[in-house]
Amino acid sequence: MPDLTHVLAAQVPLSWYLILSVILFVIGAAGFLIRRNILTVFMCIELMLNAVNLSFLSFSHQLKNVDGHIYSFFVMVVAAAEAAVGLAIILTVFKNRATLEIDEVSSLKL
Amino acid sequence: MDVILFLVFAAIAVGCALNLVLQTHPISSALSLIGVMGSLAVLYLLLGGEFLAAVQLIVYAGAIMVLFVFVIMLLNAGGEKRPSRKVLRTAVALPLLFTLAGVAAYILATQAPRTEAVRFGGFTAGPYEVGRVLFTTWLLPFEVTSILILIAILGAVVLARKEI
Repeated sequence: MPDLTHVLAAQVPLSWYLILSVILFVIGAAGFLIRRNILTVFMCIELMLNAVNLSFLSFSHQLKNVDGHIYSFFVMVVAAAEAAVGLAIILTVFKNRATLEIDEVSSLKL
Repeated sequence: MDVILFLVFAAIAVGCALNLVLQTHPISSALSLIGVMGSLAVLYLLLGGEFLAAVQLIVYAGAIMVLFVFVIMLLNAGGEKRPSRKVLRTAVALPLLFTLAGVAAYILATQAPRTEAVRFGGFTAGPYEVGRVLFTTWLLPFEVTSILILIAILGAVVLARKEI
């Protein structure tokens, strides 16, 4: 068992954060491609946006620059707008077709 | 301490993300996504993003996920039926995703700087620092954002009308 003070003083390399960001992005992309429920697909998009935000913040920490935080802030604003419009579209689709399967919404016309 | 916090919350984030993809019921996926966002907020704090951690919890885990859960409840969405036709899609998607992960890992391994470790408290961006840059350098994009939100509100109102 390693020394406790040694473990407590250890620090995390920047690449670990970036690797975590890649893992989260790939999981989100996998869900986007594989899942068929339109709500779950939408949530996977949010997961990918979060992963990108994490990499923005880690680069911002590395460069000692606040600009990454600003980008991340704008990503959050766009995600909020996207969620509002996207969920309204999902509500309309469900009202017209009574389904949430993306395979059955493959054509735009009814 | 940094390593322990990072490993614990990274494990929670990855586990919740896997749960999000693997669950069939949308409510379970939404709750897993809230777990991902909460643990990412802790990681933001470790990276010195105090303001972004608070915004992540308030806007993402609060507002956006409440919207999701509200829509799921409203649509009375059940679990996915008919898991057929899924094999071909998975067979095409997974190799592409492994390629993406491999390329990203290769780029990270060759390009990422590993001289400097992330030290907690080494760089802090609280509301003061973020606001100072946001309202000077990035003032025009910030104002354009308000137009974007106005358009989103109008779009949501138009889409939610009865006769579409």
